[in-house]
Amino acid sequence: MTARTTNQKAWWLVAPVVVLVAFNALVPMMTVVNYSFQETFGDNVFFWEGFKWYEELLRSERFHDALVRQLAFTATILAIEVPLGVAIALAMPRRGPWVSVCLVLMALPLLIPWNVVGAMWNIFALPDIGLLGRLINGLGVDYNFTQDPTSAWVTTVVMDVWHWTSLVVLLAYAGLCSIPDAYYQAAKIDGASAWSVFRHIQLPKMKRVLTIAILLRFMDSFMIYTEPFVLTGGGPGNTTTFLSIDLVKVALGQFDLGPAAAMSLVYFMIVLLLSWVFYTVMMRNEGT
Amino acid sequence: MRRLKWLVPTLYVVFLMLPIYWLLNMSFKTTNEILGGFSLWPTEFTLDNYRKIFTDSTWYTGYLNSLTYVVINTVISVTAALPAAYAFSRYRFLGDKHLFFWLLTNRMAPPAVFALPFFQLYSAIGLFDTHIAVALAHCLFNIPLAVWILEGFMSSVPKELDETAYVDGYSFPKFFVKIFLPTITAGVGVAAFFCFMFSWVELLLAKTLTSVDAKPIAATMTRTASTSGYELGLLAAAGTLTIVPGAFVIYFVRNYIAKGFALGRV
Repeated sequence: MTARTTNQKAWWLVAPVVVLVAFNALVPMMTVVNYSFQETFGDNVFFWEGFKWYEELLRSERFHDALVRQLAFTATILAIEVPLGVAIALAMPRRGPWVSVCLVLMALPLLIPWNVVGAMWNIFALPDIGLLGRLINGLGVDYNFTQDPTSAWVTTVVMDVWHWTSLVVLLAYAGLCSIPDAYYQAAKIDGASAWSVFRHIQLPKMKRVLTIAILLRFMDSFMIYTEPFVLTGGGPGNTTTFLSIDLVKVALGQFDLGPAAAMSLVYFMIVLLLSWVFYTVMMRNEGT
Repeated sequence: MRRLKWLVPTLYVVFLMLPIYWLLNMSFKTTNEILGGFSLWPTEFTLDNYRKIFTDSTWYTGYLNSLTYVVINTVISVTAALPAAYAFSRYRFLGDKHLFFWLLTNRMAPPAVFALPFFQLYSAIGLFDTHIAVALAHCLFNIPLAVWILEGFMSSVPKELDETAYVDGYSFPKFFVKIFLPTITAGVGVAAFFCFMFSWVELLLAKTLTSVDAKPIAATMTRTASTSGYELGLLAAAGTLTIVPGAFVIYFVRNYIAKGFALGRV
C-alpha cells in the first residue's frame, strides 16, 4: 500500500460492489431494526414498543446461557484449531509431489456442504452404527452424543476441528511458503535452534495470514448454525444450542419477530465488537 | 525426530478421511444392512442408492440447482470485486477506509440474522425461488471476501506496471484486461475458489430463499430425512455426491492455491 494517489473517480470502480452489498445489507438490516421496536399480531399490524424487547433480552437467562455456550465453544475451537493448524503446516513438506496430495486432501472438508458435515458426523458418531461411537464405547467409555451432554459437546467440538483446522493449515502454510530459503540458511549458519527459527522467523512471517485465519475462524464459529443443528438439534436439552440456533428457534419457530429482531441486532453488535477487538489487538504491533 | 515429521500430516489426513470413508461405506449399503448391524465395509454391496439419485429428478435437479446458483454467484462476486479491489489498492478517495470496513462487517453478519428479512425482500421483488435470488443473497458475504483477497494480491503488484502502461497509451479498461488481469490470475483463482466454496456449503439462506424450482441439493436431503423416514443409505449417497464438485474444484485450482497463497498477502 505505498503512496496511493487521490482520485475521487475511483468511486465509480467501487459502485457495483456498493450497490450489490447495500441491497443485501441495508434493506434487511432496516427491516430488522423496525421489527425490534415493535410488536405484531400478524396481518401487518404493528405496535410501537420502544426498547422493551432489548430490556427483556438483556435480562433473559436464556440469552445469557446461549451467549456463554457460544463464547465457550468459540474459545475452545480457537484454542485447538490455531496451534494444531500451525503445527501441521510446519510439518508439511515444502516441495515435491506430496505437497499437492496434502493440499487437495486437506482442503476437502472445507468444500462439503455444512448440513452434509453434520449428517456425516451424525452417522459416524452414532453409538450403534457409527465407527467412532462403536470405537469409543468399545474402549469402555460411556458415549452417546444424543443423550449425554458431555458427549454432545465433545462431538461438536471435534466435528468443528475436523471441519475447519484445514483452513488454518492452508493459510499458515501459505505464510511459511513466502519465507525465502536464505532466511533458513542464515539461521543454520548462526546455529539457531528449531524453536528460535519458529519464534523469530516463521511466526513473524505468518502473523498476517494468522490474523486472517483467526478472524475468519472467530466470525464463522460465532455464527455456527447448520452443523450442530443437524448433528444434535441443539440438544440434549439446550447443551449445544448456540446463538444462531436459538435465534432461528425464536424467529422462525415461534415467529416472535420483535424479540428475534432485537436479539439479531445485539448478536451482530457482539460479533462486530469482538472482531474489532481481535483485529486491533493483533495488528497493534504491526507498525504499519 | 526430523524423520518422523511426515507422521503429523499423515495422521491428520487419516483423521480427515475417516468420516468420509464411513459416509462412502454407508452409501454402498442397503438401509436394512445399515440398521441391521455394524460392519467396516458393505457386505451386500449395492449401487441402488446412486441409481435412485441419478434417475429421480427431484434428486438430480437439486444438484443442478446448487451448481447453477453457485456459478452465477462466483461470476458476479469476482467480476464486481475486481474493479473495487483495484480502487482500494491504488487510489485514495473520500471514505475509502470506512467503505472497506463496512464491506468487511457484512462478512461478519450471521446469516441467521438475515434469513427472515431476506425472505421478505426477495418475495417482494418477485425473485423468490429463483437461482438468481440465492446468487445475489450470497453476494452479501462473498463480495467482501473477494474484495479483501483481491486487494491483497493487487497491492503486491508494483505500481510502476500501471504507470508504464498508461505512458504507453493504454486506456484503463484495455490495461486492466490485457496487462493487469494476467499478472493476478493466481489471485482471481483463489478468490473464485473461496466464493465457490462459501456459496456451495451455505444452506440456511439457500433454503430460506427457495421452495421448489431452485431448491438446493442440501435442502432436498434435509426434507427427505424428515418426510420419508430415515433412508440412511440414500442420504449417504447424496452426501457423497455433494463432495464431488468440491473435489473437482480443489483439483483444478491446487496449483493456484499453493502459488497464490505464497504470492499474495492472503
